[in-house]
Amino acid sequence: MLGILGKRVARGGIYASTIRSQSFLFASKNYSSTAKEMTVRDALNSALDEEMSADPKVFVMGEEVGEYQGAYKISKGLLEKYGPDRVVDTPITEAGFTGIGVGAAYHGLKPVIEFMTFNFSMQAIDHIINSAAKSNYMSAGQISVPIVFRGPNGAAAGVGAQHSHCYAAWYSSCPGLKVLAPYSSEDARGLLKAAIRDPDPVVFLENELLYGESFPVSAEVLDSSFCLPIGKAKIEREGKDVTITAFSKMVGFSLQAAEILAKEGISAEVINLRSIRPLDRSTINASVRKTNRLVTVEEGFPQHGVGAEICASVVEDSFEYLDAPVERITGSDVPTPYAANLERMAFPQIEDIVRAAKRACHRSVPMAAVA
Amino acid sequence: MASTFSTPATKLIQPPSLNFSPTPTTNRTSRSPIKSLFHPLKNHNHKLRLNKCNSAPSHGQSTTVVAVSDTVKKPKSTPTLPNLLITKEEGLELYEDMILGRYFEDMCAQMYYRGKMFGFVHLYNGQEAVSTGFIKLLKQQDSVVSTYRDHVHALSKGVPARAVMSELFGRTTGCCRGQGGSMHMFSKEHNLLGGFAFIGEGIPVATGAAFTSKYRREVLKEDDCDHVSVAFFGDGTANNGQFFECLNMAALWKLPIVFVVENNLWAIGMSHLRATSVPEIWKKGPAFGMPGVHVDGMDVLKVREVAKEAINRARRGEGPTLVECETYRFRGHSLADPDELRDPSEKSHYATRDPITALKKYMFDNNLVSEAELKAIEKKIDELVEEAVEFADSSPHPPRTQLLENVFADPRGFGIGPDGKYRCEDPKFTEGTAHV
Repeated sequence: MLGILGKRVARGGIYASTIRSQSFLFASKNYSSTAKEMTVRDALNSALDEEMSADPKVFVMGEEVGEYQGAYKISKGLLEKYGPDRVVDTPITEAGFTGIGVGAAYHGLKPVIEFMTFNFSMQAIDHIINSAAKSNYMSAGQISVPIVFRGPNGAAAGVGAQHSHCYAAWYSSCPGLKVLAPYSSEDARGLLKAAIRDPDPVVFLENELLYGESFPVSAEVLDSSFCLPIGKAKIEREGKDVTITAFSKMVGFSLQAAEILAKEGISAEVINLRSIRPLDRSTINASVRKTNRLVTVEEGFPQHGVGAEICASVVEDSFEYLDAPVERITGSDVPTPYAANLERMAFPQIEDIVRAAKRACHRSVPMAAVA
Repeated sequence: MASTFSTPATKLIQPPSLNFSPTPTTNRTSRSPIKSLFHPLKNHNHKLRLNKCNSAPSHGQSTTVVAVSDTVKKPKSTPTLPNLLITKEEGLELYEDMILGRYFEDMCAQMYYRGKMFGFVHLYNGQEAVSTGFIKLLKQQDSVVSTYRDHVHALSKGVPARAVMSELFGRTTGCCRGQGGSMHMFSKEHNLLGGFAFIGEGIPVATGAAFTSKYRREVLKEDDCDHVSVAFFGDGTANNGQFFECLNMAALWKLPIVFVVENNLWAIGMSHLRATSVPEIWKKGPAFGMPGVHVDGMDVLKVREVAKEAINRARRGEGPTLVECETYRFRGHSLADPDELRDPSEKSHYATRDPITALKKYMFDNNLVSEAELKAIEKKIDELVEEAVEFADSSPHPPRTQLLENVFADPRGFGIGPDGKYRCEDPKFTEGTAHV
């Protein structure tokens, strides 16, 4: 039974959640001291734990997932609980163990393959694309691949060019894959559970800098049957002047940018994409039709990025509703530099989002709030 | 007469966290290395010395197969030996399978040049002994993973000839509904896990299937699960990184897999000797802690003997084996390959060692079958292949709506069309410019 979290509606700063579906747990979330907080790391760990205990076919495979407790401690405690048969430490052989995971998935097991970072997935990308994503199609539905590839994606702090690449656009261009990018702990828990239960290959893009961040979680989120639907974006903050779409860490930046914009009289609607493939075009378009302006935010490189896809989608479906050109905020078109100040310049910061939103709203000078 | 090869050295260090099953030390019998008596192409320019087994075995594993043909050569004067390698039924089964492979591939060539088949088609003529020798010993639940040269592996595993032919014609009655093609044969029912175009891609997948077999036994407690995986690949693949990664992990975790190298000496136009620093592929097995065996891949009986050992070893839980079958493909790499680089004398040499004629000779020499029985089989297979072509020819092309199907196993929530059929995403987006 899937628990679906309803939309959160922001009303002047007080958050309350409403549930749309019939028989699920009711939870009202208030920013009170009784709300439980959970880090993204714990959210992922608990999701893995619960899914592994629920289904013996689920196993975790990757480098340092067992005795090291996970390179980023996501799989902490799992080895002690489930044993080395289900938490498999591998040699440094991405192509090999990814292929082994795919072969196991062909026969109905449910592997969760961890890449230490998604940069290393490039050594295994042949298996992710060719033997996982395409197999259901090539075999005409005979062989499905219920596998999850997860790991940190995108930039961390000062790790250099080869460890900072964002792969959202790459994987999302491939039919046969589902690509998820959680932001908060609730996203992390719900989407990872959904990914593990899903019978198709899922690329689960986490973010290393978010692992330590805490988010409030409701009782419903903590329930072991909690699951979020794949393919649905979430409106983190409602607004009416400009739509800002983001995923992963950029959602946090966008929310802060929205706060700043609110002070200047621009009410921004922030959409947390959650699912890059399939992209929730209907939510994005509905939002753009409401606000008439769009700013897409992502950490990855600009050409052929997620923002490009969203822009094309909006232009195709909601052209008449656009009052301004779509603004794309992306990382710089350079391999990530190491120096701290250069790295800061290479990725979108809150000021960039604010500036872009203002540009979209044709405000170069802060004015008194109008409507 | 039975082929033997020694089990790996006792100095194998198992990682402490992954002791699946106790090493069956009681089952191990010590075997001495046996030199091969097979010398390919003595007079050939390339000086193929692929089985120089005179080097002292380092771990007691550099063993090869006693040439079975020796036993066949002797008996002109002696009466039929009582301890034959095969019974009559087995012989007929092997013969039928190899004839099916041969006739099917010949028909593929015909159909290709008539335009019924298209794209990349890689034929298996000449290598039938390997496929028949191994796959006929497997159960239905055992898995086979192959490369793009997979028609005959599919046929040996049990996929009906008409399904394979339809798939090649791109019809909806094919084993993959026309969506896979020549290089991507999949059959869940027969546990044929593909059909991969990238060389080396199938090896980790086969290792994963073996991992599943072990997982089922150890974790899911299905005690009778002793399924074996067999991975087929070529000599060119033996230089690929994924191959070594999987040799390592299969030996490390003692997975029930047999790695079968179909060394046909050529990777498109690249001779194996030009591409490999150490051409003896079987030697790479002991480097990773598993037995490496070399066998004459043009003799189905020798292959079968080795295969029996390797498969039983895997089934018992003793781990992987690397088997190098030295074989030859009579045709080019694919039907588009002009095949100019191979020496005609090499080709004619191997043509005299056709595995089908070799088996025929063996069966006649040992009075296992009569000419009439073999003729009957050939006729039957002829008709079968003809019927497969007719079936494929008369099968419908895939309907337009099939374009968007089968992308996901569970596209729920991604858009169910008004007709109840699913669409994997926004139909307008997914179909691109195709009019579905």
